[in-house]
Amino acid sequence: MSVVANGLSMGAIYGLIALGLTLIFGIMKIINFAQGALLMLSMMISYWLWKLTGLNPLILILIVGPIMFVVGYLCQRFLVRPVLDSEKNVREPVSVLLLTAALAIVLENLALMIFGADYVMAKTSFSEQTIALGAVTVSAARFYGLIIALVVAGVFWLFLQRTQTGRNIRATGQDRNAAALMGINVPNTFAIAFGLGTALLAVAAVALIPFYYVHPSVGQVFMTKAFIVVVLGGLGSVPGAILGGILIGLIESIGAQYMTATLTVVLVYAVFLMVLFVKPSGMFGSRYDW
Amino acid sequence: MISIKQLNSGYGDVTVLKDISLNIEEGEVISIVGANGAGKTTLLNTISGIITPNNGEIWLDGYRIDHLPPHKITALGIVQVPEGRRLFPLMTVYENLLIGASLPRSRSKVKENLEYVFELLPRLAERKDQIGRTMSGGEQQMVAIGRALMAMPRLLMLDEPSMGLSPLLAGTVFETIRKISEQNITVLLVEQNVKKALGLSKRGYVLENGFITMDGPSTELLNNPHIKKAYLGL
Repeated sequence: MSVVANGLSMGAIYGLIALGLTLIFGIMKIINFAQGALLMLSMMISYWLWKLTGLNPLILILIVGPIMFVVGYLCQRFLVRPVLDSEKNVREPVSVLLLTAALAIVLENLALMIFGADYVMAKTSFSEQTIALGAVTVSAARFYGLIIALVVAGVFWLFLQRTQTGRNIRATGQDRNAAALMGINVPNTFAIAFGLGTALLAVAAVALIPFYYVHPSVGQVFMTKAFIVVVLGGLGSVPGAILGGILIGLIESIGAQYMTATLTVVLVYAVFLMVLFVKPSGMFGSRYDW
Repeated sequence: MISIKQLNSGYGDVTVLKDISLNIEEGEVISIVGANGAGKTTLLNTISGIITPNNGEIWLDGYRIDHLPPHKITALGIVQVPEGRRLFPLMTVYENLLIGASLPRSRSKVKENLEYVFELLPRLAERKDQIGRTMSGGEQQMVAIGRALMAMPRLLMLDEPSMGLSPLLAGTVFETIRKISEQNITVLLVEQNVKKALGLSKRGYVLENGFITMDGPSTELLNNPHIKKAYLGL
């Protein structure tokens, strides 16, 4: 049972990372290849803040979240937007893809230069603790990670559904010209969406550092999985991202009981392909986004 | 209210509108008629700021508004009901209407505006929770008009509101537009349905191959031999 609990918590965190990716794709139709590197950046910031202040990493959400929101907002405003504008009349703009890929490479190598290639982990007070839930014993850090991921995903979903800003974000994703005609500032909405997508990474990062090693290429591990989760759950779908993440997390952890960890990756891809054969738009995919 | 001077506009290197000049007075109903591909939609999208003009000027009450981004133009009170309705497909009727009210000035008056829209278009009140794309064409057009009214337009621009509708439904749409124009809202109507559009407006412009070839009082245009032959099939 603790295997299931571990799978759930890791899966929910995958879901959170995928949620950021799917948000940015759903609203801007940009595939953000820098998502993994931005996660690594969030983890590095969280780790060093924890090391320097000694604060509980879970409280660090309140600091790292806003920092990463600003980072994402500025990325969109000063890097992505000029490139998008210059390809406004191009039918299939690809420069933004190259830009985000380049951003990933720059961030990873900067991290390598500044922090070195060491593997570090935030050994917090609860890193080694376990929590007994009835007959099941789970690692405290993973349990907190699961709760945080689910709560944040739920709040985020409510924000999109119930607030004017959330509605504006969805409207922009569904039809950006119609949204502009209704008085929505589309470039600013893009920047907010990018900022939120990055802030979700900060939450995932803070949940991860008490039990997961941070190193400059840690983002790549999560990046591949985030792509699988997004496509599996359905591009642009919030519940799809979370449930897809949990599905992948469960397959990995349960699979690892019966086979080597390397083989579980094969299992993940097998399930991924099977879902796509049955439903090419993913579990919750629709013809429209958001 | 609006004055357009020697406007040239189009997509990339392709100039669609050539030397367009026109004036709209406060409170008027103006129609712009023309065949498919004449540049009607390009004209509305240029006024709305979706397309930046190559040259020429657009003035609103003494302010130059070409080169402003679309949301600023909407904020100034020029609101477009786009061709093909362009509802937000995954949102309910109610949510679509709320998006119309996302400007600060309309946000504070959501309640009054909703009442007005539901009174004008009672069907929307019944269908409040239905998803936009599951509705019929006529109902979708009503939602699109209601959504634009939520933005409190001074100038309401409608792009082919009768497109794809039965004559009966088209009649209802034109009747709605007439009622709106009685609320001190200036209306710019772009249509292929020349007879209906000119029947509603006081003045009209004829757009052909990107040029304005004729303009004048609607009754005169309706009796013009060229228009009778080319557009009314008489």
